[in-house]
Amino acid sequence: ITALSWHTYPWSVWPIPLCSTNQAPSGWMGSVTVQMFVCLLQGSPHIQVDIYERLPVPFGLVRFGVAPDHPEVKNVINTFTQTAQHKRCHFLGNVHVGKDITIQELMQAYHAVVLSYGAEGNRTMGVSGEGLPGVYSAKDFVGWYNGLPCNKELQPDLSHETAVILGQGNVALDVARILLSPLDLLKKTDITQNALETLAASKVQRVLMVGRRGPLQVACTIKELREMVNMPYTAPDMLPADFQHVAQALADLPRPRKRLTELIMKTLNEDHRGRQGVKRWGFRFFRSPLEVLPSADGSRASGIRLAVNKLEGVGDAVTAVPTSEVDEIACGMIISSIGYKSLPIDPAVPFDFKRAIVPNNMGRVEETTGLYCSGWVKRGPTGVIATTMNDSFDTARTILQDLESGAINVSVSRPGSSEVVPLLEKRGVRTVSFADWEKINAEETKQGTAVGKPREKLLDVREMLAVAWT
Amino acid sequence: MAQCLCLRSLLTPCGTRSLGMHLRIQSCLDGTKIYKWQHRQVGTCPTLCTDSKSPAASKVTVHFINQDGVRNSVTATEGESLLDVVVNKNLDISGFGACEGTLACSTCHLIFEEDIHERLDPVMDEEVDMLDLAYGLTKTSRLGCQIVVQPWMEGMTVHVPKGIKDQRELAGSKKTQ
Repeated sequence: ITALSWHTYPWSVWPIPLCSTNQAPSGWMGSVTVQMFVCLLQGSPHIQVDIYERLPVPFGLVRFGVAPDHPEVKNVINTFTQTAQHKRCHFLGNVHVGKDITIQELMQAYHAVVLSYGAEGNRTMGVSGEGLPGVYSAKDFVGWYNGLPCNKELQPDLSHETAVILGQGNVALDVARILLSPLDLLKKTDITQNALETLAASKVQRVLMVGRRGPLQVACTIKELREMVNMPYTAPDMLPADFQHVAQALADLPRPRKRLTELIMKTLNEDHRGRQGVKRWGFRFFRSPLEVLPSADGSRASGIRLAVNKLEGVGDAVTAVPTSEVDEIACGMIISSIGYKSLPIDPAVPFDFKRAIVPNNMGRVEETTGLYCSGWVKRGPTGVIATTMNDSFDTARTILQDLESGAINVSVSRPGSSEVVPLLEKRGVRTVSFADWEKINAEETKQGTAVGKPREKLLDVREMLAVAWT
Repeated sequence: MAQCLCLRSLLTPCGTRSLGMHLRIQSCLDGTKIYKWQHRQVGTCPTLCTDSKSPAASKVTVHFINQDGVRNSVTATEGESLLDVVVNKNLDISGFGACEGTLACSTCHLIFEEDIHERLDPVMDEEVDMLDLAYGLTKTSRLGCQIVVQPWMEGMTVHVPKGIKDQRELAGSKKTQ
């Protein structure tokens, strides 16, 4: 799922279309880049912005990435909606850029095009057994409980007691939290009905999050960790041996890292030994995956073999180096949460395969004119909403500068969507407008209200289109 | 398990915990309670943001210095949060208040003068958790959604932090993965 942003920039008497394409859920951080349009729309009264999105629904990761039990994080949708409803902004969903239309065709129709299609792929562990049933990417698991159409058939196997998550970032914590949350809390969220039913039958009692380095390098942030610590009916499951040199290092840490580390260490001091009937969650440090171990009949994953690491270097540059020691954890499910990865969208667009981003200078795509990028596809797939939002403002400023300096030539008018939409129609592609999305929104809200949820997401693209075009 | 109470009428109006805060109490299995304060959503109804029970609420002048160093002086109403003020007065600060005052982001980050900062109500863990992610964090930083305008703040100046530009240029092409 990729999001492309296309901006067309109107100028003087001719509307300058700027087109932005948001595709794929991972590109929805791409929806965050919609905020860039506010800058652009405010930058000149002549700017028009068209947003192309592969799915019929907007908002990207805010809809498909943010966990269902974090509804307050989704409040930003209200800001996006205001932007999308601006009279000089048009949302065009159900358009697959790269297939239904090429980047070059868009660049011909618009003065400027912005790629904000995010990271559709994920980094793989690169170990044998990774393809066994029972091994999932966090991207697919999150897509499954969040109603991403292409993940609706995932059917994760939750029939075993222990689940291992590779990775200790916020996505790993989201996955752990959804696996261990009491059903009473989840059933009031917009988690899909299918996921709710699967979780209701879950036998998972223990979730371990494995990281290559130590407690001082853990990648999650404190709010998410605090939620795990406070989760009812659970207890932490840590290894004190993993924390050997941590206490001494505390005093010199910057405040955010210090508070986070103190919170993890607090869990070591609590005595949970006597507690019955609680589910357990914990970190395992200094471990890298070596191999996914198959069950006796080879039909599924039954464990993971891990290299034990030692740390080398200092400060942020600390790296994990494997020793000869190995460890094994028996488990029935492995979720790899080691990072997303952008993919190339179109052969006409340069792509840096090593860093998995579109090579750029302050958002201007290298070796091109009138092509820009923003968000994860520009900087790499990390950061919270505010990070990506700030980045998109930077790209907007770059575009406005280029308009002013003449680097974008607006003396020639460009047709924008008045050329693109008929072209798409000729190819059998009908677009979904923001008003059409609002019909989908109303239907999902109506179905959700009937079962005490904020919405019941439609899982099928054809169903979305049927509602959109009624 | 989680009960939602509105303790507005029970609290004194002199702190960040009054006027429109919602308290969520979560009971844990072992009997401990976690208290979570949540600021009311700003939404699209600015009239809800001021305490309608006090028609004589004071007017307080607040100066905002935006990212370009430009000063905007506004008349705020006692009882509004600084996020309410930015929204109600249409101050042009990009991306301010994305989560609408629910302590789920750090986009309403503001920098206060030292003497003002010292007098503000103590900061809660949940606010510090989000502040820790903010760009350009200083010793006198707070989240605007948690600061309620009081008469003693008359004439104070708050700064909008400059954003991530400087940090990115410093970091160069450092990978964050």
